[in-house]
Amino acid sequence: MSKKKSSGRPHQSFYAKHEAVILGGLSIVLIIGVWQAFWSAGMISPLFFSSPSAIVKQFRYTLVEGTLLSDMKYSGTNFAIGFVLAVITGVVAGVLIGWYRRLRLFCDPFLNAFYATPRIAMVPLIIIWFGIGIWSKVFIVFLSAFFPVLINTVGGVRALDRDLLRAAKAYCASDWQIFKTLAIPGSVPFILTGVRQGVALGLIGMVVGEMVGSSQGVGFMVVYGGQTFNTDTLFVGMIVIAFSGIALTWLAERLERRFSRWRPER
Amino acid sequence: MVKLSIEHLSKRYWFEREDREVLAVSDVSLAVEDGEFLAIVGPSGCGKTTLLNIVAGLLPYEEGTVSIDGKRVDGPGVDRAVVFQHSSLLPWRTIAGNIRYGMEMQRRFDEATMHQRADHFVKMVGLNGFEKHFPNELSGGMQQRVNLARALAADPKVLLMDEPFAALDAQTREFMQAELLKIWSQDRKTVLFITHQINEAVYLADRVAVMSARPGRLKGVFKIPFGRPRTLSLKRDPQFLEIEDSIWKLIEEESQKLNMVLAEK
Ligand SMILES: Nc1ncnc2c1ncn2[C@@H]1O[C@H](COP(=O)(O)OP(=O)(O)OP(=O)(O)O)[C@@H](O)[C@H]1O
Ligand SMILES: [Mg+2]
Repeated sequence: MSKKKSSGRPHQSFYAKHEAVILGGLSIVLIIGVWQAFWSAGMISPLFFSSPSAIVKQFRYTLVEGTLLSDMKYSGTNFAIGFVLAVITGVVAGVLIGWYRRLRLFCDPFLNAFYATPRIAMVPLIIIWFGIGIWSKVFIVFLSAFFPVLINTVGGVRALDRDLLRAAKAYCASDWQIFKTLAIPGSVPFILTGVRQGVALGLIGMVVGEMVGSSQGVGFMVVYGGQTFNTDTLFVGMIVIAFSGIALTWLAERLERRFSRWRPER
Repeated sequence: MVKLSIEHLSKRYWFEREDREVLAVSDVSLAVEDGEFLAIVGPSGCGKTTLLNIVAGLLPYEEGTVSIDGKRVDGPGVDRAVVFQHSSLLPWRTIAGNIRYGMEMQRRFDEATMHQRADHFVKMVGLNGFEKHFPNELSGGMQQRVNLARALAADPKVLLMDEPFAALDAQTREFMQAELLKIWSQDRKTVLFITHQINEAVYLADRVAVMSARPGRLKGVFKIPFGRPRTLSLKRDPQFLEIEDSIWKLIEEESQKLNMVLAEK
């Protein structure tokens, strides 16, 4: 009974549709398998390295009897507060600095100096200012994520297409209309690129903050695991951080793509 | 009745890198009648875009006067709309949104009128069904139609077009020329059409003004005697070819003079 489809979505085989997942999954399974095999053969010293099975065991242990959940909550809260603050202030400041030329010239030396300095170098100072409580961690995350958001937003607002600007002017657009209809929508993809970079740098900030002055959090878990030669714990911490990074970056990329639908395929 | 009048217009650019002046347009005088389709042809770099941008109010000028309905042009106005060579559509707006754009900026129509006019002009340029598409999903020819619809929807008294079909392939261009004539014949707005294709100018226009290479001067104005509506087969008419040829000769003579000047140096 089925009518032949005249057009529409071209047919793709199951493999073609899921090629990335299949090949990527295969690679993960293969590596974990080889790793476990070497471990089981006794070729890896437990002092220096761990194994998939040991990590899974340790993960379960820290999750159920240890502090993994509270550590994740602690780190996650710090990250969330710092990151959200960074995105809000970064976008607002970036739009203003990008739009008002004089403000930009005024802020430029300061921004350049800040941008060029590795934020890690400021961690000791921040701990002096904020103590070793949660606000020093929040501030480090904030500072790490703020600059990529800010710099990209400024770039986006400034990257006004000259042809579009000319067209808007030919139709008597006011400055406010140009701002609303050209500068803001045009900078959305730039802002989201900034957010994606901010995720990565904010995570680094979170871990570094906890490594330097903290007694909880996932970053602390890694340091503590190292100091006590508890390689399994160290690996659990690293993997939790890695997965948060992957998940957050994936989210940011989806967001980026969702709002760049009008962009030509890259 | 004269709609657009250009009198003794000259435009100099300050060429920063070589620290000298460039005379881009030199003493051009031209009067375009109400409802007339006037084309300007000339070699590359002769100041056509400069001239059009001045009329559009996008470039300031010091020498001479440009006026519409007797009023001096000082900046962009709702009495003009421009179709640029590059379609300059907003990539994040749909086709319908792009067609509305000019009207939105000019704030002359209320919401309901804008909606209805956008609808009307989408159909007029034959893009119904594509309202929700984005510009990057359209071909070059279709994008230029959106560009044209955006200008027409703003209801200008004078339509300014700067090589709107230059980026299209030969076949699409011919098709768009015929399409433009069809649309234009519905309400016969005053049109200033710039091109470097003589053939296109003769086919479309009531009169063709020829500009010389640097500095851009007006070399001559040809009256095109063909009635309307015109069909594409007109391009093979002997008289058509004759006019095309004499325009060619005028431009060629010009470039030979230029070569001689260069050779003497
Ligand atoms: N912003 C500018 N600054 C300096 N010189 C300019 C500027 N814009 C144009 N010119 C010069 O003015 C002259 C005319 O330029 P214009 O763009 O008007 O030519 P055109 O006839 O439109 O050429 P084309 O057919 O290639 O589009 C050129 O010699 C160019 O070098
Ligand atoms: Mg030009």
